[in-house]
Amino acid sequence: MGGLRQALTLILRHDPALWEIVRLTFEVSGVALFFSSLIGIPLGAFLGMRRFRARRLVISALYTGMGFPPVVIGLLVYMLLSRSGPLGQIEGDLIPRLFTPAAMMVAQTIISFPLVAGFTMAAVMGVEPHLRQQIRALGATPMQTAWAVLMEARVGVVVSVIAGFGSIISEVGAVMLVGGNIVGRTRVLTTAIVLETRKGNFELASALGIILLGLSFIVNVTMMLMQGKSFDQ
Amino acid sequence: MSQPVYRLKSVTKRYDLREVLRIDHLEVSAGEILALVGPSGSGKSTCLRLLNFLEAPTSGIICFEGCDYGSNGSVPLDVRRRVTTVFQRPLLLNRSVQGNVAYGLRLRRAPDQQERVDEALSRVGLLALARQKGATLSGGEAQRVALARAMALDTDVLLLDEPTANLDPYNVGVIEEIIRELNRERATTMVLVTHNIFQARRLADRVGLLLDGELVEVADVERFFEDPADPRTLAFARGEMVY
Ligand SMILES: Nc1ncnc2c1ncn2[C@@H]1O[C@H](COP(=O)(O)OP(=O)(O)OP(=O)(O)O)[C@@H](O)[C@H]1O
Ligand SMILES: [Mg+2]
Repeated sequence: MGGLRQALTLILRHDPALWEIVRLTFEVSGVALFFSSLIGIPLGAFLGMRRFRARRLVISALYTGMGFPPVVIGLLVYMLLSRSGPLGQIEGDLIPRLFTPAAMMVAQTIISFPLVAGFTMAAVMGVEPHLRQQIRALGATPMQTAWAVLMEARVGVVVSVIAGFGSIISEVGAVMLVGGNIVGRTRVLTTAIVLETRKGNFELASALGIILLGLSFIVNVTMMLMQGKSFDQ
Repeated sequence: MSQPVYRLKSVTKRYDLREVLRIDHLEVSAGEILALVGPSGSGKSTCLRLLNFLEAPTSGIICFEGCDYGSNGSVPLDVRRRVTTVFQRPLLLNRSVQGNVAYGLRLRRAPDQQERVDEALSRVGLLALARQKGATLSGGEAQRVALARAMALDTDVLLLDEPTANLDPYNVGVIEEIIRELNRERATTMVLVTHNIFQARRLADRVGLLLDGELVEVADVERFFEDPADPRTLAFARGEMVY
């Protein structure tokens, strides 16, 4: 109860430190979700519709990725980007640096894109295969056919994006490792909760938890509304 | 008859080494209605898939309006768009009836889409259902929507795979009349697959018999039914064929 009251107080007080954390949480996960959808939806559609020799291998890799412990991905990204790592040694602005939001986005993209791709693939494979042929007979190019099939599978495709979002908005280990939980720079809701709990500020931690829950609820409802939207002219 | 739209030369189709279609020679003339009859599994639908360039033949050449397409060459989009099919088991997109009929027109960025959709739907008697969801239609309604969405495209060639299989006698009559009208008004070339030899007789200029993937005989409709060259055709036309 104390958590709920404090959550409301925090929200109503417009605490700038809190809003910075919320903003960064959504910026990092939003950008990561954008890129994981950009990779995952076409990849899932391709795997669902095309038969090629290495398909089983790619799908096995994808399934592994779907269940991969996020903290291990965090570790890999950490080693990749650290000073002594293969990418960390390269000069240049395009390489994300450790303990920056960019590094967190990279880790979250890697965590979530297999989920988006895997669920999209399943959704696409659920579309009646003969429909594809009939769409082509109406004069669709391969791209138009793929798009039409994704539209048929849109409920599942939105679920894939929601699953991808769920996997990163609530994730702690990887963002802690590669972000470092630096106040005002890389502190997000989950890492803030960990910190406040450790400090014994249970009420603040619960307040942050409630805010996280509420915000991800709002995001999911929004995506579900998109799902129900009719795509007719 | 004018110049052929299709000319098939030594065309075969195999699935997993099993040959399901073998047509040594077949011509389809512009503006004609060619009926393909034959028992179940004889390769009729397979033949239509090849004619619509949905699958390539395993060997042989399909010559369409003077251009040869073989087992590996891809068929240009504008050529593919001159042919369409009404499938044996039509599947509609998960959108409204008019959305389904408009789909092929939207792909082509065709002009006057709404008018063409309305025209096609009123021909098949489904204008009232324009806003209904495709998934909620009855089998016969779905089949008529499938005819409407093909008809709206006004292609040079229309391939019809059992277009009246799910329909009541009244609607069979309606659809057959539409087929005749399209053929007459727009000179649409048609290949009609049917189990119903009476329908073949009512609609077709020529009839071909497929047996076990082999094109046994193609002849003018009168000839096919009255005086066929092959005894198997006679047996099939009389309904004596055992299969
Ligand atoms: N994709 C495929 N893979 C393997 N075999 C196939 C495939 N498509 C068709 N066949 C086989 O080819 C043969 C011819 O099939 P097709 O669908 O052309 O027959 P049909 O004459 O249209 O029959 P029906 O009157 O029952 O519709 C059948 O034996 C079928 O099992
Ligand atoms: Mg068939």
